Formats: sequence, structure tokens, C-alpha cells
Amino acid sequence: MSNATIDRQWTTRLRRRVEGALPPEKLLPDTQPSYVASWIYVFGVATLVALALVTLSGLVLALKGPTWWHVSNVGHFVNSTHLWSVELFFFSMVIHLWGKFFMAAWRGNRSLTWITGGVTFMASIGTAFTGYVSQTNFDSQWIATQAKDGINSTGIGAYFNVLDLGQMLMWHITLLPLAAIALTGLHVILVRKRGVVPPFADEVAA
Amino acid sequence: MSKKSFNPDVDVVEWTGTHRPYDIIKEGTIALVVMSLLVVLLSALFSSPDDRPATLRQWSHSDPVDFANTAFSELNGSSGTAGYGQPYNNTPNATQTIGPLALQRWMGVHIPVHPAADFVLATLATLPDSPIISAALQQWKSSSNTAQFTWMENFAKVTPTFSAGALHFPPVDAGPIPVLMSGLTSMARAGSLDQSLLGGGSNYYSTDYTRPLLFLADGNWFSGLAEKQHLAGDQWGMMNETGSYPGQAWLWLYTFWYQVPPFSASENADSLIWGLMMVLTVIMIFVPFIPGVRSIPRRTKVYRLIWRNHYRK
Amino acid sequence: MQPSHLAGVINLDHPGHYIHFHWLLISYGNAIVIGLMVATFVAVLFLPFPGSRLKDSHE
Repeated sequence: MSNATIDRQWTTRLRRRVEGALPPEKLLPDTQPSYVASWIYVFGVATLVALALVTLSGLVLALKGPTWWHVSNVGHFVNSTHLWSVELFFFSMVIHLWGKFFMAAWRGNRSLTWITGGVTFMASIGTAFTGYVSQTNFDSQWIATQAKDGINSTGIGAYFNVLDLGQMLMWHITLLPLAAIALTGLHVILVRKRGVVPPFADEVAA
Repeated sequence: MSKKSFNPDVDVVEWTGTHRPYDIIKEGTIALVVMSLLVVLLSALFSSPDDRPATLRQWSHSDPVDFANTAFSELNGSSGTAGYGQPYNNTPNATQTIGPLALQRWMGVHIPVHPAADFVLATLATLPDSPIISAALQQWKSSSNTAQFTWMENFAKVTPTFSAGALHFPPVDAGPIPVLMSGLTSMARAGSLDQSLLGGGSNYYSTDYTRPLLFLADGNWFSGLAEKQHLAGDQWGMMNETGSYPGQAWLWLYTFWYQVPPFSASENADSLIWGLMMVLTVIMIFVPFIPGVRSIPRRTKVYRLIWRNHYRK
Repeated sequence: MQPSHLAGVINLDHPGHYIHFHWLLISYGNAIVIGLMVATFVAVLFLPFPGSRLKDSHE
């Protein structure tokens, strides 16, 4: 088989495109530009780690089902770790967002990185909300009956019934986490592909 | 003239300067250890809230008169659910709009709930071996709309009391309504109403709590429980949590609008605030393309703190 | 409503305290979380990052 045939293969083309866009030294760099020297840079990775802990604690809750944590002290503790990892997740993500805003981190062809981050934030709020209404306790009853009016007023409530525990639980443990995690993955790949945004150039010249 | 001019809020001069060692895997590992410890520490220190769910059974025991009044409002169509409109029923002029956009009405009835039938009449009809209830239901069904209307008018004027495990009504010409209300209250007190209201198309399994939750939310008892915990809509309830726990603090902006005019006094608050939040969300997501907003970081100069070592050189 | 479980070391299963100022009504829990967020952000801007004063070692 000739090289030309191999060159034309879809597989070969895809591999070369991926290699070109994300060579290993970009995917896992061992240095950063010397301006990357602030605690603000650790909040992206803190958010990632918190997301991993949210997912892990959620998987443990999934092992025994949605009402286990009401009847078991172990289950209740796992639920506590799920709640507090969510609090830390949002805590880190908001600081990360503020930091990236004040760095204008969308500059230099990085706007898609900003957009995926913003959409991830929204997906996370949706995931957290469906979790709150899936708690099967007084809190979830109240939040569901309150939230229905807002969601119904947009027309979305006709299809997204916050009073239907089964539907909310499915969104909470499959659809929305998949979306949030996939978006996070895309966001991280874009960060690695474009690199960390440089400081404002006019100031360098000044 | 081929190159467009350099916009400092959009373009950058890519870095060609020095690099420093930066071990992202080590950073991630340290972050994982620190965050894991924090999560375990916070969980052990503060636990998590879990107030038991409210039930129709509890409601009819704690406040049977409120339960009976609510049950009657479901029958005569004056309850919140009966007058809700889409997506539950076709009550005219009930839904919210954003200007000319009647999204809620346009979507139609997708989760049909007809409180008089679903909460009261059909539910009572499931009771086996109770000739008094069956007779009352039969009387209701076989009577004219005018008779039903007169009975409801008359019944609305009396105030039930509760003693010795039963509802009592002053003498009133209300046809079978007192029997129906007493029957439903007994059913709730026995705990069978909670189960019989579940939906989902199966006569056994259900994960759909639409009807019992709507019924519960129509009464004053349920919202009274929530108000004690500062969970009501005009108490920034959306971001609060039972007990002293932090809640969904990230909803602060959404919750905020409900507290201030014109939204706090608007019949359309929900749809207006959702519309506003969608606009603000789009602005947040598209900040990189919005002149003015995208200049805020450059003008506020917070970045000089972040990159202070860089600018010191 | 009674909680169905054992509380943490610091029991938060009692009615919360609230800051009430005109239209502002916020629980201590949320106020602390938001306050910590702002404080952390400000601290992060000012705290020196370890190694940031080292000589750059790579070209």
C-alpha cells in the first residue's frame, strides 16, 4: 500500500489534526510563562478537583439509591461530603470566574474558552438545582413547589416537570452531569490548546 | 490596510518571553488532597440538612381545618392549582407573560391536573366499602351544575371546626359536600391520600409527585412550615436552606430580583425575572464580544495585582 | 420538621439566624459563604505566590 493511500485515510488525517492541535507538550506542559505566578491560577484546578469529588461522592450515593442517606449514618455522611464538595465546587468556580474576568482571559482567540466556561457554570447550576429537588425531604418538596412557577412561566415547565422526582433524578444523575463534565473537558482542552492568556500588551510596551 | 487594528480587549501579543517550571500534575495532586481533607472536615463539622418530608397525613393531623378548607378550594376551583393554567389546566388568563410572549400558555397543557376530579372526587371513589361516601359521590354526580354551584356557595360561608377526631360543620344546605370533605380528611389522616394521589400511569409504581405536591402547596400549613425556616419567595427563600446551613448562594442574583420593585409587586415576576436572567446569562457568556463590558478588566486594572511581578520588571 | 439524623460536631439543625436590612435578608450561612468567597478572592490577589521571586530558569 502506498504512503499516499495511508495519507488520505480518515484515521490518519484525524490523528495528524489532533497531534497538530494538541501535541503532548501542550497537553501536559512542564513550564508556564513566567507571568503565571499568582494564587488565582490554582482556582481552576481547585474547581476541577472539587468536580471530581462531587462526582465521586455522587457515585457512592448512587450505589445505594436515592433514599439510603435518610436511614443510614454512613449514607448521611456521604451525603454531607456530596453537599460540601458542591459548596467548594461553586466557591472555587466563582473565584476562578472573577479571576479570569479581571485578566480578560478571552483575549487572543480564547473567546471559546470563556464561553465554554460560562456554559459550564450554567450547566452546574442546573445540576445542583435538580440535586436539591431530588433530596426526597422537606427541602426538595419546598424548592420544587417554589421553582415550578418560574420554570412554568417560561413554558419549559411543560416538559421539565420539577415535581416529578423520577425525571429530576434522571436529569441530576445522568443528563446534566454528563453535560457538565463534557463541557469541563472541552474547556480544559481549549485552555491547554491556547495556553494561558498573556498580560495586557500595552502595559508591556509602556 | 490589510490588517485590522489591534484591540487590547480582544487581541494579544503572544508570549515569547521566559518560562518557569510549573508542575501541573503536582499542583493537581496537592489540590486533590487539600480539597478532600476540606470536604471530610466540613462534613464532620457541619453534616448536612435533612428535614423529613411533609405529608398530607401530617397536615391533616396538625391542621385539619386548613386541610379541609384547601380540599374544598380544590373542589370549587378557587385553589392555586385549580386556577393555575398551563401546563396543568386551561384556566383562562392565569398564566404569566413576557410582554407579548405568552410562552407558558403557548406550550399548552402537558401535565393535566384537574383538582376537583383528581384531588377530591376520583380519589374518594377509590375508597372501598364505604356506602356513605359512595352515596355522596353519587348525589354529587347526578345533580345539576346549578345545584352544585349553590351547595358550594353555601358551604363557602361556613367555617368547619375539628374536635374528637372529626370535622364538624354548622348546619348548612351544602348537599353532599360536608360528607365529601369529612371523607377526604379521614383519608388523609389515615395516610392513604398521600399514596393515592401519585401519578405516572402505573397503578403501583410512581416517581411522579406532581399532584400530592400541588395539593400540599395549595394550603397554608406547608408554606407556614417554610416561612418559619425563611424559605418563602419574599424571604430570599430560593437561596436559603433548612436549619442554619448555607444554601444555593449562587442563586443570589436570581433571588435578589424577587425582593425589589418592580418585580416584588408584579403578577408577572417569575416570567420577567426568568427573562432578565436569560439576558444577563447571555451577556455573561458573550462578554468577549460586548464592547464596553469587555474593557472593564483593562480599565479597572485589577490585573496589575495578578501580574505584578511581570509589570515590576 | 425534625431532622432524621445525627448532626455534625457543630449542630446546624436549628433555626438559622438572619441579617435583615431593608430588602436584604440573608442567612448567616450564606453570608459567611459569600463573605469568604470575596475575602479569598482579595487574599489571592495580594498573597505572594511561592517561587514567584525565583529567577526564571527556562527560555
